[in-house]
Amino acid sequence: MLDIKNLHVKLEEEDKQILKGVNLSVESGKVHAIMGPNGSGKSTLSYVLSGRDGYEVTEGEAHLNDTDLLDSEPEERAAAGLFLAFQYPVEIPGVGNMTFLRTALNAQRKARGEEEISAGDFLKLVRGKAKSLKIDADMLKRPVNVGFSGGEKKRNEILQMAILEPKMCILDETDSGLDVDAMRLVAEGVNALRDEGRSFLVITHYQRLLDHIKPDVVHIMADGRIIETGGPELALEVEKNGYADLLAKHGISEVMA
Amino acid sequence: MSAVEKMTPAETRLARVSLPDGFGPQRRAALERLNAMGLPGRRDEYWRWTNPTDFIAPDPVPAAPFSDDEPEIFGEIDRLKIVFRDGVFDAEASDELAMSGVEILRLADAPDVNWASSLYGTLEANGQDPVKRPFAALNTASATDGVLIRVTGAAEKPVSLIYTHESETSDPILHHLVKLEEGAEITVLENGPAGARFNKLMEVDVAKGAKFHHIRVQGRDHERRAVTSIFTRVAEEGLFKSFTLTSNGVLTRNECVIDIVGDDANAHVAGAALGDGKTGKFHHDDTVFITHGAERGESRQVFKKVLKNGAEGIFQGKILVKPGAQKTDGYQISQSLLLDENSQFLAKPELEIYADDVQCSHGSTTGAIDETALFYLRSRGVPEEEATALLVLSFVADAIEEIEEERFRDAILTRLEGWLARHRG
Ligand SMILES: Nc1ncnc2c1ncn2[C@@H]1O[C@H](COP(=O)(O)OP(=O)(O)OP(=O)(O)O)[C@@H](O)[C@H]1O
Ligand SMILES: [Mg+2]
Repeated sequence: MLDIKNLHVKLEEEDKQILKGVNLSVESGKVHAIMGPNGSGKSTLSYVLSGRDGYEVTEGEAHLNDTDLLDSEPEERAAAGLFLAFQYPVEIPGVGNMTFLRTALNAQRKARGEEEISAGDFLKLVRGKAKSLKIDADMLKRPVNVGFSGGEKKRNEILQMAILEPKMCILDETDSGLDVDAMRLVAEGVNALRDEGRSFLVITHYQRLLDHIKPDVVHIMADGRIIETGGPELALEVEKNGYADLLAKHGISEVMA
Repeated sequence: MSAVEKMTPAETRLARVSLPDGFGPQRRAALERLNAMGLPGRRDEYWRWTNPTDFIAPDPVPAAPFSDDEPEIFGEIDRLKIVFRDGVFDAEASDELAMSGVEILRLADAPDVNWASSLYGTLEANGQDPVKRPFAALNTASATDGVLIRVTGAAEKPVSLIYTHESETSDPILHHLVKLEEGAEITVLENGPAGARFNKLMEVDVAKGAKFHHIRVQGRDHERRAVTSIFTRVAEEGLFKSFTLTSNGVLTRNECVIDIVGDDANAHVAGAALGDGKTGKFHHDDTVFITHGAERGESRQVFKKVLKNGAEGIFQGKILVKPGAQKTDGYQISQSLLLDENSQFLAKPELEIYADDVQCSHGSTTGAIDETALFYLRSRGVPEEEATALLVLSFVADAIEEIEEERFRDAILTRLEGWLARHRG
């Protein structure tokens, strides 16, 4: 599904290398988790994969199935099935959540040569998905993320994911800011989407989320690289001991991480 | 050389002013005002950013009517239609000037009715102090047509003024009166380019508890020029609400002079302007003056401009709170969205307050498309141009929100979307 090879990324504006050779493969139907110290490059990886400006790829490649991600516009990546649930969802005053969702869904359908969804079907679709995420009608009517609480924003990301039905879902700290109940709702939302043909890359700092969304593979990222890959037990080990030993093992000082 | 040849354009223009029939004393007084103040120059404080030359010139710069097959904006609205073709009332194209709760007369018929005689030119004259508005005085003196509307109850449906433009050299001057009696309510719609050069003035007298709604769409003719003025007086518990959408046009100056004279009155004036220098020069100027002369008045000014390819936007807005106008709530915001680096927005927000218990705020911003929001939309699969269009709509949303009725908001949105579709990239 997702293949990242030797990805090197620096900031466009300054001479700062952030990703220093990321290698990562996520197979179809699998859930991979990425953990790692603050500033290790997790969000950067997710932004670069989804095509945000401001980064320069100096080496390496990234494919989503047959799509060369690094050679595509953000909207093309989305149409190819990539989805990023943002660590910090963006507020768009003046654009209603429903308009936003319908515009996005129809744009993706159009890009794939499918017909636009009818207003009635769309309404039904959104209502159904919103209900299971406990997103009320009022939140759907309001401008995108404006005045939403931190947790509401995160749930809104998952709602978008549920409606757009992407193939490759990247969740960047979707658990941060969620209360216990919201976390369960979000995890249920994610689990409901788990499917043979869909993969997840879950970026998180806490085992808590992984209790609900059981990962197949766990990666540890530090200093712009994946330094360790293992099973779910790796997350438990980090939860218990922190990153110090792992970093030391790979010769990374904690300041750099 | 003869004396005529030595005259400046302004002198020629003034010399050519003729006073049509009707409202003789009011017209003569206006001409006197006009001659005393003269036509504006670039040194006048409120004309520094907008060049009045084309408004002053004895003859208009010819402007080809612009046509496309976009349906008329208010075509779907149940309304009373009043059509002016190049500034001349077109009875054939108009509905019968009759509706319950409303009296409608034609200025060109020079009707001799009391209410009109005492209103014609009165609000304009009051609005000449402290800032001179020569094109308004010119209008009062020489307007050839217009409608005189007196509303005694709740108007059955909106009055829709439609200004069509066929002649390349038309130079209409229209003057409308709207007098709302106590508790009356009406919506006035306006659309169309009207002529190569258009000078239009509307005096709106809002009596106690009356409500006036105004939604205007200024013609899309790329080459047209327009100088318009609204003068309103709002009495106790009265409501004045005006919204204008402007798309294209070489030169537009919209003045709005609001006088709040009764307690607990409300006045909102809003505008959205979209300019693309690619289809011709675009210069748009909103100049607003709101005077609070009574207690607990609320006023709002919400102006948004979207500019690209060298388009220019101007906002000059003032809130004056007179002594004793306690508990005034005045709000003003003017913002521009520059879609490239060649476009320009200038703003002059002013507050002058002589009462101590008031709440007034103003703000002005200039910015580009929010890159983060753009990326967010694109990451959801929305192509860049469509995402930009959505963000433009979101930018002007606050101004459109000022329109109370959804059917008019929808009509405006459709027109906006049409503009965005034609002006991509
Ligand atoms: N636009 C930018 N300008 C300057 N520095 C940046 C920029 N983007 C990323 N960085 C830097 O790159 C490094 C990686 O940041 P990134 O956000 O990817 O980390 P992260 O692993 O997601 O951290 P966290 O766990 O705190 O979310 C950090 O040192 C960050 O300051
Ligand atoms: Mg991060």
